[in-house]
Order: sequence, then C-alpha cells, then structure tokens
Amino acid sequence: MSVATKQLRLSPKRRLKNSGRRNPLVGLIAWITALLFVSPVLWMMITSFHSEADAATNPPSFFAPLTLDAYAQFFGAASGANPWPPLINSAMASVFSTILVLLLAMPAAYALSIKPIKKWTDVLFFLLSTKMLPIVAAALPLYIFANFSGMLDNIWFLIIMYTSMNLPIAVWMMRSFLAEVPVEMLEAAQLDGAGLIRTLSQVVAPVATPGIAATGLICFIFSWNELLLARVLTGVVSGTAPVFLTGFVSSQGLFLAQLCAASVVVSLPVLIAGFAAQDKLVQGLSLGAVK
Amino acid sequence: MQPKTRFTAVAASVITLSVSLTGCAGAGGGPAQGGKDSINVLMVNNPQMLDLQKLTAEHFTKETGITVNFTVMPENDVRAKITQEFSWQSGQYDVASLSNYEIPFFAENGWLAPLDESVAGRADFDQDDILPAYTESLTGTDGHLYGEPFYGESSLTIYRKDLFEKHGLKMPDNPTWDEVAELAEKIDEGEPDMKGICLRGQPGWGQVFSPLTSVVNTFGGTWFDKDWNAQVNSPEFTQAVTFYTDLLREHGEAGAAQAGFAECLNNMVQSNTAMWYDASSAGSILEADDSPVKGKLGYAQAPVKETEHAGWLWTWSWGVQAASEKQDAASEFVAWASSKEYENLVADELGWASVPAGKRSSTYEQPEYQKAAPFFDAEREAILNADPKNPGVQERPYVGIQFAGIPEFADLGTFVSEDVSAVIAGKTSVEKALDKGQKRAERIAATYRD
Amino acid sequence: MSYVSTAMKPKPTLGGPGTDQRKKSRAAAWARRAPLLPALIFVIITTQLPFAVTLVISFFNWNSLRPNDRGFAGLSNYIQVFADPGLRHAVWVTILLTASVVLISLVTGLLIALLLNQKFFGRGLVRTLLIAPFLVVPVAAALIWKHAILNPVYGLINGILTGIWELFGSQNPPQMDLLTDQPLAAIIASLVWQWTPFMMLILLAGLQSRPADAIEAAQMDGANAWHVFRYITLPHLRQYLELGGLLGAIYIVQNFDAVFTLTSGGLGTSNLPYAVYKTFYIANEYGVASAAGVVTVAGSLIVATFALRTVFSIFKKEAAR
Repeated sequence: MSVATKQLRLSPKRRLKNSGRRNPLVGLIAWITALLFVSPVLWMMITSFHSEADAATNPPSFFAPLTLDAYAQFFGAASGANPWPPLINSAMASVFSTILVLLLAMPAAYALSIKPIKKWTDVLFFLLSTKMLPIVAAALPLYIFANFSGMLDNIWFLIIMYTSMNLPIAVWMMRSFLAEVPVEMLEAAQLDGAGLIRTLSQVVAPVATPGIAATGLICFIFSWNELLLARVLTGVVSGTAPVFLTGFVSSQGLFLAQLCAASVVVSLPVLIAGFAAQDKLVQGLSLGAVK
Repeated sequence: MQPKTRFTAVAASVITLSVSLTGCAGAGGGPAQGGKDSINVLMVNNPQMLDLQKLTAEHFTKETGITVNFTVMPENDVRAKITQEFSWQSGQYDVASLSNYEIPFFAENGWLAPLDESVAGRADFDQDDILPAYTESLTGTDGHLYGEPFYGESSLTIYRKDLFEKHGLKMPDNPTWDEVAELAEKIDEGEPDMKGICLRGQPGWGQVFSPLTSVVNTFGGTWFDKDWNAQVNSPEFTQAVTFYTDLLREHGEAGAAQAGFAECLNNMVQSNTAMWYDASSAGSILEADDSPVKGKLGYAQAPVKETEHAGWLWTWSWGVQAASEKQDAASEFVAWASSKEYENLVADELGWASVPAGKRSSTYEQPEYQKAAPFFDAEREAILNADPKNPGVQERPYVGIQFAGIPEFADLGTFVSEDVSAVIAGKTSVEKALDKGQKRAERIAATYRD
Repeated sequence: MSYVSTAMKPKPTLGGPGTDQRKKSRAAAWARRAPLLPALIFVIITTQLPFAVTLVISFFNWNSLRPNDRGFAGLSNYIQVFADPGLRHAVWVTILLTASVVLISLVTGLLIALLLNQKFFGRGLVRTLLIAPFLVVPVAAALIWKHAILNPVYGLINGILTGIWELFGSQNPPQMDLLTDQPLAAIIASLVWQWTPFMMLILLAGLQSRPADAIEAAQMDGANAWHVFRYITLPHLRQYLELGGLLGAIYIVQNFDAVFTLTSGGLGTSNLPYAVYKTFYIANEYGVASAAGVVTVAGSLIVATFALRTVFSIFKKEAAR
C-alpha cells in the first residue's frame, strides 16, 4: 500500500533497536513533560479528595486533609440520584456500538483493502465525508425521527447513532490493518473453499487482532465521551454518564471537589481501559507492521 | 396549499420515508413512560432542586405511591431540552422547571396544562399565600394559571458587614449606584487582597444581562419603547452599560468577563470580594452552616438611579406538559413541591436556610426562617416592590424586569451579552457593542410593529 | 453521494445470449462488493436521511417558539446565514481552532514520541502518564480546565504562581487571566492537551515500525541523526501523520464541548458548531440553523475534497493491490 509497507515486505519484520544506552538528559526531559501533561489529571484527583472549602483556595492547598465527601455526594448523598444507571447506560452504549461497528467494519474493510473493489478511494472518501456533517445540525432530525417512531429515550437508538458515528473511522483504520494480511494466506483459504465469514474469522481476524483491538478501543472511547446526542435523545431511563456528570455539577453552590470527583468516576472506565490496552493501541496503530 | 400544510406534508413524507427505510419503527419500544403511577420531571440542577430530588422518594412517593423520575441539567442545557420536549409535545416529561420568562409564551403556544383547578384549587394549597407578583407573572393571556413557583427571588446588594465596620463605611438600606461605586472604591483601597464588588460578566441573557438589565432600567433605559422601537444604543442604555463595565473593570472581580453566578458566589465565600449585587437566593447558600462568611453579611436593596426600586423578579416554577398522560399525578407532584408542607419538610430535614423560599408570604412570618435567613426582610421588600409591567421610567410593550418577555429575547440578550463581555475584557467599546445590538434588536422590533 | 452511485453502479449488461462470461464476472464483482454493503447502507441511512431532513427544514421559516408562523421560506434562511457577520467570524474561528490544535498537537506529539522512542528510566510509566489526558472525558476535561486550572481566582495556574511568589516573600504575585485575555488560546491549550497524547501514540507506533535495516544501512554509510530523521523517519511517518491529522481535524472541526464550557462562545470564540447550536437551541430558529448546518456541510465537503485529495497520499493512489 505504501513505501513503508513495501520496505517491510523486503525486510524481515524486526523491531528497530532503540539507540542503545540510556540517556539521562532524555529521561529528565521526558519526565518533566509527562508531569506537566498529567498535572491537571493529578490535580483533579487530589481535589476530588478535598473538602469544598479546601478545593478553591489560592495558593492551592495541596496537603489539605483528605476526605471522601465529594465521592459520597456523587454516589447519592447530594441529591439522592443514583449514578449507576447512567454508568451502565454508557457502558451499554459504548460496548454494543463498538461490537456493531467492528462487525460491520470488518467485512467493509476487507472489501476495500484485501480485494479492493473499483473506486475504493471514493467509497472511503464518502464514508469520511459523513463525518463532516455537524452533529449539532443532525440532532433535530434525529429527535424528530425518534419522537415519531417511539425511540426517544431508548438506549438502542443511541447505540445505532454511535455505531454510525464511529463506523467511517473504523472502516478507514481497519482498511490499513487488513491490508497487512499476506495475500498467500487468503489464497490458501480460498482454495480450501472458505466463505467470507470463515475467511474473516479464521484468517483475517487472528492476524489483524492488534489493529482490531486498537480500533475497538478508540470507538469505545469516542462513544463513552459523546455528550450532545445523548443529551438530545435520552431522558429519564437512558441518560448516559457524561449527561449525568453535567447535570450533577450544579452551577449554583460550591462545586469544585464534587466536579473533580464526578469527573474521576466518569473517566475511570476509559482511563482503566486505556492504561490496560496502551501496548495494544501502539501495536495496533502501527498499521499492523509490528507483531 | 397553505404554507403550513405544505410544510407538514413535506416533513411528514420525509419522516415516513426514513421510518420505512430503516424499518425499525416501533421495533425498539417506546420511551419509558414508567408505570401508571410514575411521572418524569425535567429540571434545572440548582441546589434547591437537588434537595427536592433527594427528599421525593422518601416522602412524596411514600405518601402517594407516585414514583418520580428526575432528569437534572445545567440551566442552559435544560432550557434547550425543555423547549424541544414541549414544542413537540412528546409527552416524555410530565413536569418541567420553567421560569416566569418562558411560561407566558409556552402557555400561549398551548404547551402547558392549566393549573387553576388541579393545583391552585386544592383546599390545602392556599394559592393566596403565593406572592401576588408570581401569580400574575405565571398567568396566561387567557386568564388561566400555568405555573406554580418552587422558589422565587429578587436581587439584593450583598455586602460584608464586618469589613464595612472595620473601615467605617455604611451601606444605606436603599443605596444608589453612585454610592455603591464609591463604596467599592473605598473597600478596594482599604483591603489590598480584595476587590470592591462582584458582578456577572459572563455572556448569556440570563448571566450578565440579569443584573445589567436591571441597571439599564434604573438608568432610564429599556430594550424597546412602547411603540416597538429598539432602544439598545439609546443614551440611557449606553450610560448604564458604560457605568456597569467601568465599575467592573475598576473595582470588579478577577476574570469578570467569564464570571457568572457561581464564580461570584465563590468569590464571596472565599472573601475575594466585599460586595455582590445578585439574586437574593444566594443568601441561603451564603448563610448555610458550612459557609465561612455566615453571619458576616448585610443585605441592602438593589442599587437605583432614576427609579425608586430596581430589584428583579424571578421564579423557578413548575409547568405541566399539556400532552402529559398523567395530569393527575403531575399536578399532585406540583402541589406537593410548591406547598407549605414541603417547606416545613426541608426545614426539618436540612434546616431553614435551605428552604425553597421567596414564594409564600407565610414563610417570611416563620420565626425560625427569619433567624436562619437574615436576608428575609430585604428579600420580601424587594419582591413586593418588583413590578414586571412597569420596571423603568417609561411605558413598555413587554413584561419583565431583568428580561424582555418575548421569545426572541434569549437570542437577542445572548447576542448583545457576548459583546458586553468583550467590553469588560477590554476588547471592544460600549458604543460598538450596542450599535451591533441595536441592529439585531431593530430587526426583532420590526416584526412586532407590523 | 455521487461517489457511491458511480462506485456501486453495476456494469451495464445487455442481457443478450452468450453472456455467461459476463454473468460470472458480474457475480464475482458483486461478491467483492457484498461485504461492503451492510456498512455502506447503514451509514447512508443513518447519516444521509437526517441530512435530507435538515435540507428540507432549511427552506422553511420555523421558529419552535412560534409554532403558528411556520411556512415555506424559499432561500431567505440562506440569505440570512450569508449576511450574518457572526457566522462568517465563526467560520474563521473554526479554521483557526482546527488548524492550530491539529498542527500544535502533531508537532508536540512527534517530539514526545521521539523522546519516548529512546531508552530511559521509567519509560513505561512516563508513557502511561502521558496518555492520561486523552482518556479524560472531554466535557469533564473542559469543566476542569475552566474551574480548576484556568480560573483566575482559585485556578491551579494562578495558585502555583502565588505559592512560588509567597515562597520568596512577595505579596504581589503575577496573576493570569487567560480565559479573558486570550480566550481562544485557552481553548486551544485545553484541546492540545487532550489531543497531543493521541498524536503521540500514533506517531510512536509509526516510529516503532520503522524499517530497521534501512536505518542501519544509512548509519553505516555515515548518515547523521538528522539525515536519518529527514530522509528515512519522516517519509515513513507520513501516513501516520496523515492518520493523526485527519482524525484530529474531523473531531476538532466538530468541537462543541470545549467552546461551550470554557467561554460560552463569548469574546469572539464562537465556532461553527457552537453558532449552529445557538441558532437551534437559544434562538430556536430551526430553519436558519438548518440552513447554517447545510452551508457548513457544503463548505466542509469542498475543503475536504481539495485537502484530502491533494495532501493525503492515501487518496491519491488507486488500489495498489
């Protein structure tokens, strides 16, 4: 597909040795950068364990006494609202839409990369162009449709919309991953008389696993984060965690510690998934070149 | 074909097309309407509402068997959502928190169910106890009542008694804006760590323009004159905005261009500012048990210039959607949430300072409330003096003190507020900002003149 | 959509006798296309139908607060959109915001990726810390930036400045108010903070898949580090830079949460999505808002067509396999 791939074809797939010795200066710069980038996250976590009075001071009270108050508030003490249903809704919306995306994107990416149909760049371009539609402008038609079809406040409608939101990106990413599957393997499968589903599940999927995992994780994150459609299309039953978060943070009253606690809880699933899968992500994003 | 019918026809055909194409109409099940004895409430996430959310299950549901599902959102989001839900009459929400700004034109559009009999008519509700200014504001042009207040407020000048004493300053009970500006300057000089006054500067018709419109009124300005001529760049309006932004730039809080109610509240609690002109309901948070400034505050009337009073009138109220299929349960809930009984319940459970007050005259008579809410007298006086029909020096074609009660005002106010905020940030001039606003206002005014 | 129709159109057949060969190739062509169809149809239904409705609404005079004044408006909504200086400014803000966030986070991401490609103590932990910003829910991140970091009174930045100055006995620390003085820069900063880790991950993956022997050969030929970077690493990273740039641009063009939360569109920071939102949900002018949405789509498509097809190598080449 590109220069890089062709070069790789020639060379045995081998990881480039990192430039030998450890360099203390590089380490120092990297550590300073990392701390700079993570400091807002750390500050969010520290503040979430402070009382409201200690949260908003100047200079900041780094070592103020720790308390779980803000978390207790989030888990119901503040308003009696239970954050679990929104968290579960978010999990459902993200997981199911991601599964749907992968199921639809795999064959599509296969058609576009392994045995490219004619004008595949046009199809790819069309798919990406759908991402140019501003979601803000689509929200009203979607609301009208949901209202008339009885799909308002239905998590499955949100799942369908999230699938549609992530599908173009997924097809686009997976196309590059699948292009790395050796043609010989596919021909061998064809000789064995394997159909599309068997080829995909038994030949393509195992080879492209890191790529599929990376795509899945990114779709999961984007679905989990979505706020605008969730706010317009959900109601009392299917509200998602970001909607709950913005509703929980009252604009009248002292709220900094509660805001931080709520942000930590709502971000936690993504943080955990991201940290756990970061190696897969790097591997997958390297377009299948590293195994 | 009439334009309207054609519109409906086109819209309907497009929708039918989408339904038939996706083929999933009705397959996914309808919106969760809950059981027969369950209602859905959409409301703003102010602390008073969160208390209500906390107390409902244990008390209202226990007594009546009606389950209440709440959706809470920040003010801007909830407005957008309520307008959408109610304009489609989808019936998804039975009750919503609406203000005296929206209720008149929501009622006009037929989106609300009248509450005269279902709530006001209840023997134990005592509608006469509700302050008359609210009943009037929440009544539609057809004479029916369309909202019941949950809590109400006017605007007050809040100041630090302890600091005023320390510097030998005195806040009059009915200050003028010139006096307030002078006091702000003195405090600014006397307290190096503090700013003189906190005022909202954040864009939004409900943010900077709540206090600012009340300043415009008392400076002799108005958004529109009685013949529907836009008055946004009139000398009085300009003078008011110049005064407000100058005061903020000289003696106002840090980050004024982005400060709203929440930021100012924090500035008061953290002792960053010595005065604050804003909603009287701030008092209940400032006087809460965990507030570091509790007991240190004094409350005076809204500052004036040309008029006698300048306090605004605002109430978060309950409106019942006309399309709701659970009118009985919905009105039962409204009657409970706006009742004296609920106020007493909050007093027992959370203390008198947390009571959603400012709507019933009987609340102001409670000795415990008077003790917990030192601002009660100033607030009552301000609400009783508020006149939404005639808040300025001239006749007006609209109702409303800190807003112009027409649907277009939200857009107009927000549009002008962005430039006012830029003035506070020092990025544009008052004249430029208001000339731009005048054009937009004139376009709206023209549609009313015809 | 025209692309699809050309791509999906079956080959013209005359249906005459003796078309066995042709039938076979037709069947084969369909077998090739079939796996693509579910995804394609799904996307067409879920994105083009709402767009069609938006298109229809854009020709109507429809304010949701005035349900009785609805009617056909012809092109007047479009005239209003093009005459609105606020929307024109929003176009400019959108371009500025997108371009600067994508470029800055790509460059920063590349620098960090180059650092992380070296060996040093605690590299794994540093990478973990660095990706954290990308994993914070965007609306939470925007709220935290506004209230906990940039707030001029109790935000972390001014707090640290005060702390440092107090350490040296000064009572007059400098205090910044980025949200007022440089509001667009504040939005850009918060978005760069969120997107740099993502770019870094993509580029790190690219760096780690560099062909080892080409570099070793170059090094043996006496190429210095800069030459290796310029002539081997950078060309190799091209498609990774494209991937990052495109994904970033797609999401930042649509950004709404950061603008809405940090500045409420004030001080000249209103971008297109926020301007459309405001027209929809504050002014309740459904017709005008839909027209603005349609214009946005048309504009993005024109830009995308030129940008994607000239800049991005992937769209320049037809299938290589």
